[in-house]
Amino acid sequence: MSENNLKYDLLIIGGGPGGYVAAIRASQLGFNVGLVERENLGGVCLNWGCIPTKALLRSSEVKHLLDNSKSYGFSISDYQINFKDIIKRSRSVAKSLSSGVEHLMKKNKINIHKGTAKIIESNKDQKVIKVIDAEKKELKIISKFLIIATGAASKNLPFVSSDGKNILDYRTAMTPKELPKSLIVVGSGAIGSEFASFYNDLGCKVTIIEVQNKILPNEDHEISEFVLKSFKNRGIDIHINCELLSVDIKDTSVECEIKIGNKKNKLSADKLLLSVGIKPNIEDLGLEDLNIDMEKGFIKTNELMKTSENGIYAIGDVTDGPWLAHKASHEGILCVDAIKGLKTHKILKENIPGCTYSRPQIASIGLTEKRALELNHEIKVGRFPFIGNGKAIALGEPEGFIKTIFDKKTGEFLGAHLVGPEVTELIQGFAIAKKLETTEEDLMETIFPHPTLSEAMHESVLDAYDRVIHF
Amino acid sequence: MSNEILMPALSPTMEEGTLAKWLISEGDTISSGDLIAEIETDKATMEVESIFDGTVGKLFFNEGSEGIKVNTPIGVILDPGEKYNEKVHGPNVKSGFNENNDKKLIKQDGGDKPLDQVIKIEQVDEKISNSSDSDIAVDINEKKRIFASPLAKRIAREKSIDLNLIKGSGPHGRIVKKDVENHDVNSSPKDLKKPISDESNFELIKNSSMRQTIAKRLVDSKTNAPHFYLSIDCNIDDLLSFRKKVNDEFPEQGKISVNDIIVKVAGLTLNKVPECNVSWTNENTKFFKSSDISVAVAIDGGLITPIVRNVEEKGIHKISSEIKELVEKAKNGTLSTHEYNGGTFSISNLGMYGIKNFTAIINPPQSAILAVGAGQKIPIVKDDQIVICNVMNVTLSCDHRAIDGAVGAKFLQVLKKIIENPMLMSL
Repeated sequence: MSENNLKYDLLIIGGGPGGYVAAIRASQLGFNVGLVERENLGGVCLNWGCIPTKALLRSSEVKHLLDNSKSYGFSISDYQINFKDIIKRSRSVAKSLSSGVEHLMKKNKINIHKGTAKIIESNKDQKVIKVIDAEKKELKIISKFLIIATGAASKNLPFVSSDGKNILDYRTAMTPKELPKSLIVVGSGAIGSEFASFYNDLGCKVTIIEVQNKILPNEDHEISEFVLKSFKNRGIDIHINCELLSVDIKDTSVECEIKIGNKKNKLSADKLLLSVGIKPNIEDLGLEDLNIDMEKGFIKTNELMKTSENGIYAIGDVTDGPWLAHKASHEGILCVDAIKGLKTHKILKENIPGCTYSRPQIASIGLTEKRALELNHEIKVGRFPFIGNGKAIALGEPEGFIKTIFDKKTGEFLGAHLVGPEVTELIQGFAIAKKLETTEEDLMETIFPHPTLSEAMHESVLDAYDRVIHF
Repeated sequence: MSNEILMPALSPTMEEGTLAKWLISEGDTISSGDLIAEIETDKATMEVESIFDGTVGKLFFNEGSEGIKVNTPIGVILDPGEKYNEKVHGPNVKSGFNENNDKKLIKQDGGDKPLDQVIKIEQVDEKISNSSDSDIAVDINEKKRIFASPLAKRIAREKSIDLNLIKGSGPHGRIVKKDVENHDVNSSPKDLKKPISDESNFELIKNSSMRQTIAKRLVDSKTNAPHFYLSIDCNIDDLLSFRKKVNDEFPEQGKISVNDIIVKVAGLTLNKVPECNVSWTNENTKFFKSSDISVAVAIDGGLITPIVRNVEEKGIHKISSEIKELVEKAKNGTLSTHEYNGGTFSISNLGMYGIKNFTAIINPPQSAILAVGAGQKIPIVKDDQIVICNVMNVTLSCDHRAIDGAVGAKFLQVLKKIIENPMLMSL
């Protein structure tokens, strides 16, 4: 085997939470496995997404606590925000995790090839991939199977693209040199809401523009309404049903024209963050010459992540949504298991939880109330506010509630929608419940520990059946 | 710790039973699995066994006691060294066990379903989880654990779908919602006639307990009893004229059939060839003293063999009226256990379907069965002349462990002689 003509059982393109997890699983199953990564192991999630933003939000949370320290018995009269240190901490967290992934790769004997990959040949028996590294050196790799796990990047609008200066995307929004005084956030999904929350907490004037009729468009309407009120109370300006018409980039500011109904208006701020969605990273992969079906711009796969081209699989953000790291990792494992010929399972979208780490936190799983009704479910809905939960009051965070939805006939647990303290940690309980197909009965019969925030989950279920205790 | 023996529920509808026979005595040391009593219900007599070890402390009822309500203590098993004390162990003292545990003290032996299991499960359901079910469903017939998600169980219950019929697609074959939803809703186990699986080119019908019993017994017979077959033609001209004469002379007694006469002849033949009126066990061969003839009767969904007892002593009219009554009961499903349990020889007659001859499977623990074909007019050679006679073929299936070829042949020879000379019946 020459150095320039490597052979693998399985080659994975992309070292994000989909790709590197798939590689480890493949190694566990005895595959000779290689992985191509053009930047840093861990992908967007670890380097420019989930993890570093959680570090940032932790800082804004500390700031929030400092501002409210009096209620906890402290008088802190004077403190400074060292914005550079906040960013520095976030970067060092990302870095330490990325090197952790490197270690995992070594431990599992996975060969890493730094560079960009292009598929140049796809036969029944083998795929030929060309990897070009930073020094333009080429490497030809032959592999029996191929997994595309190249992820996605932030989407631009036709008339405005992120430039890293005044127009930010998620990536540049987490590394500005200084704290902007004002920020316009375009799009109020998880990414937009988290940055809006972060910058607002640090004292930046934030305005959210959302084209749909509610913020957090994928969440249950009651959650959206609750967060809308909460954000507004904190001084975030929010415009829903609002269309961004144009953006005028000045030297140190951005001016934009918006339209709400028939009324046009002008907004200006230091910076503008585009968080209007993502587009899959499929350019220059050589897909054009292959028989790979696409759907709405994403790679189409079957339930076991197989594309229409024999031997080629795709996982994570290059495929159909939801575009979440945990979905990508899960797909990576099931895809490798399927290649190995093991019995595996298909992913049910309603069993994938989603989390937004803004203040307040938001977490959900399954059907929204609206969707449940659209699907002709007769439903029972329970709600429990954290104001009725002892632990939440002791924490000083009684804001938020838990909503649960059940099918009236079968007791099927259709969905849960949470907003409030640590709900992103609580949701896993509901994820297990959903995966195991519990009914209201099992949840009601489960003993939740006291005093915990999780008791609100129990109470919400009880409320759906008019048996709530503490409210 | 003493353990009460309770009157077991041997069927879902059983309310009381008769203590037919004790198989243990006070003071006996018994082990789990030992047979302890024979309990008789309106449907069957069944042996019950203990699942506890100990000493028989007291038997509260005498053999033959009737109308003992289900769950009534009928005896008590003591631990080694324990002495019987009326105040502690007496029938009216509430035992420390709850009702459900008590029921486990006896498990029934025989019958085609562990019916006490049915009761146990139903009662646990009612008492502990009125609206729920335990995480592990139990297959009543097989005692097999079924893993199913709570939602799958809920949907199955609401649609009356038997989880036994569903193959799970979840981890380790766990039945999940999708599996129940994809299951054909029309296949309720309560309705045996409906298909339980909607495959393209066949439909599955769940086996009734009668079919399962038939299958079990016949497989048992063909597996354990080495069958051989002997066939003989009988000229029944005289028998037919005998029958006509009897029916003409005694119309008020009811008409007798050819089959009635054959039952009588078989009974007499068994009397003359008692080596064919036997039952085989590994240790002994049982020679029966009377000819109790099981008559195969086709009923809806299967067959049953009611018994005409002491055939050799009964007149044909009596036999005829008994058979009529038994057939009627069989078709209505009102036969008592003793009316179909314990014959010594069987007759199966398919003559009315025009079947010329066939071989029947022995009905265990019996050792022989006579298969009777149709009487047909055929030309035969008699005194070098071709004449037309009514000829009936009969085939005897014998268990070679108990009956040898020559013995079987002798039986058919005698049988043929009496059939062809009906007046011999009067001897």
